[in-house]
Amino acid sequence: MKKQFNTERKLYTLCILADDSPGILSQVARLFSRKGYNIESIVSGATDRPGVARISIEIIADELMIDQIAAQCRKLLPVKAVKILDEDTCIRREIAFIKVAAADRAAREEAIQIANIFHAKVIDVSRDSLTLWVFGSQSKSDALIDMLSDFGILEIAKTGTIAIERGRSTIYDDNKLKEEYDYGKNVL
Amino acid sequence: MECLLEQEVDTVFGYPGGTILNLYDELYRYQDKIHHVLTAHEQGASHAADGYARSTGKVGVCFATSGPGATNLTTGIATAYLDSSPVVFITCNVGENFLGKDSFQEVDTTGIAMPITKATFLVRDAQTIPDVMRQAFAVAANGRPGPVLIDFLKNVTAADQMIDYEFIPWRQNRGCDSIRALASTQLKNPEPNQEDVNTLLDMIAQAKRPLLICGGGVVRGKADREFREFAEKLDAPVAITVMGGGGFPGGHPLTTGMIGMHGSRASNVACDECDLLIAVGCRFSDRVALDPATFAQQAKIVQIDIDRAEIDKNVLTDHHIIGSAKQVLRMLNDRMPQYQHTVWKEHILPLRAPSVAEDSPVLTPQQVLEVIRTKAPEDAIVATDVGQHQMWAIKYLHFSYPGQLLTSGGFGTMGFGLGAAIGAQMGNPDKRVIHVTGDGCFRMNCHELCTVEHYGLPIITVIFDNGTLGMVRQWQSLIYGQRYSETTLDRGPDFVKLAEAYGLKGYRATTRAEMEDVFAQALACGTGAVIDCRLNIDEMVRPMVAAGSPITDFLLN
Repeated sequence: MKKQFNTERKLYTLCILADDSPGILSQVARLFSRKGYNIESIVSGATDRPGVARISIEIIADELMIDQIAAQCRKLLPVKAVKILDEDTCIRREIAFIKVAAADRAAREEAIQIANIFHAKVIDVSRDSLTLWVFGSQSKSDALIDMLSDFGILEIAKTGTIAIERGRSTIYDDNKLKEEYDYGKNVL
Repeated sequence: MECLLEQEVDTVFGYPGGTILNLYDELYRYQDKIHHVLTAHEQGASHAADGYARSTGKVGVCFATSGPGATNLTTGIATAYLDSSPVVFITCNVGENFLGKDSFQEVDTTGIAMPITKATFLVRDAQTIPDVMRQAFAVAANGRPGPVLIDFLKNVTAADQMIDYEFIPWRQNRGCDSIRALASTQLKNPEPNQEDVNTLLDMIAQAKRPLLICGGGVVRGKADREFREFAEKLDAPVAITVMGGGGFPGGHPLTTGMIGMHGSRASNVACDECDLLIAVGCRFSDRVALDPATFAQQAKIVQIDIDRAEIDKNVLTDHHIIGSAKQVLRMLNDRMPQYQHTVWKEHILPLRAPSVAEDSPVLTPQQVLEVIRTKAPEDAIVATDVGQHQMWAIKYLHFSYPGQLLTSGGFGTMGFGLGAAIGAQMGNPDKRVIHVTGDGCFRMNCHELCTVEHYGLPIITVIFDNGTLGMVRQWQSLIYGQRYSETTLDRGPDFVKLAEAYGLKGYRATTRAEMEDVFAQALACGTGAVIDCRLNIDEMVRPMVAAGSPITDFLLN
């Protein structure tokens, strides 16, 4: 049977485990730019294995599109594993720093109250500004930013989204697909 | 140099320059062990290394200097990448102190090469040279072959860089730990999945109208014997892609010839009507599967490929087997009974066009190729450029072993042929090499005739000279209302005089009799030769299906 692809466009997170070698990030990123796709967010960080980095990329795509990019990623020699995650299968979080204008005491207090509702923390304060730290889903930080916009947002820094699968299964799990890609990298 | 000897490299192609001087200085000491072929241009060297790799099955090696030397290689690297040819490109860059300062002849070579190579390496530490070299050769030859680029900083190649080094023959070091470490699991001698093979055997047992496609994977994997056995046991028609030329004998009773845009009626109709399509080492490019939605619409499609990323890329498949063509076909052959598909064969095979050239007062492309097919040795290697002559050569010549046809199928590089022919002749001194080209393509890289002359290579260049960019003109004739925008090549040089200027023999043919005569002379002359075949400007490649159309919607019969 031919594979059926869902044509609905939605937010996917592509998680990539790769050797932390020079140029790996640009190797991965160019697979997106080549097809003219815009990356919503990209994060690279360490893992529990030395020398192996985890890259998380968010992109709005349909299933065929994300499948093709994942295939090209898996083919890269430094790439060890790739997992396609969507809303239903994973937990996504990001951190945002939000610097807002707070000209007087009343404004500061009101901003702090709003921050408390969102479980955001104040990490810096000055006479006329306030910097908050919020951790959570993207919609949460967006909602907070929206609420704070009345005060005047001075600057925002976001980490980009990281994601992990729900349940026991991990990106390290062996499966037939992985075996098939490894074959191509191993056979002489 | 020792690292090259480790890999049993005895021939390299290249062009020296400022930053690569250290390497060439060392090459001077090794000149009795490593034969360097100096071309006229880096692009020629890149195609020569590629042609050498394709025709010998070994890894080709090409040197160039930084900056323009490296950028001149890019067309050759991309050509090798699209056709999965194993070539290691070695360039040098400016020294560490000058890196990233827009120094003289500096360019981000590894950055440029990244999208057109399997891997790139920037060597900043001399101590890593042996490892990088071993890895580069392993990566180029392993799995689906392809080009690899190593960029050495000039200071790394300096003679005062002493490193710990131990000679390890390539059979021990290739495919060994360094490359295996790149995969996520430590697989040893991976094998195709037996269950997948069994599934295909079941599908074959149920099929009434099977069709086989012989793709470039059969050629690159040297699986021609296994493929032939499989085809004969399956007793099914075999269509051959451009890159599959040489994977299955062109004159075999089961072959239906080329498939796709200029595919034969037999191949394309078979593709449309078959109930099981088995593609071996074929990626269903847009020149084969012109319209993916209607391609083999009645069939279950099975893809056998070494590269998992090719599955479901262009055409959605019903089943796939991952493995080298040789391994998979062997597993299939072991278990498959002999089939008879007489009714199906009798339906498809008679659709093949008669393959005898018609008489004509003026020379026709088919006549030229018939002369080559009958007069040249059967095992002659043919290198082509790109365009009408390429399609004609693949249709009318018969290729019987992998590496006999050298053509730029994926990237479609005009000017590929002469360089490839030089590489092939260097790698196969006992074989005859024929370069089939058009006047447009030949003009692009004809300066490599000096390389042909200097090294005394008996390459025969046959120019299909119709005074136009024939394939583009054909599209203009059929699709663009005969508006021949900038495709007419009513200009010099006189190719006969050009050949003579380079110290080679030059001939001209305007009729079949003349062609027979001058081709015999060229074969006997002992040096390189150029034959200028004058053809009608309006000759077309037939049949033709327009890009994006269903495969049986012939625009031309």
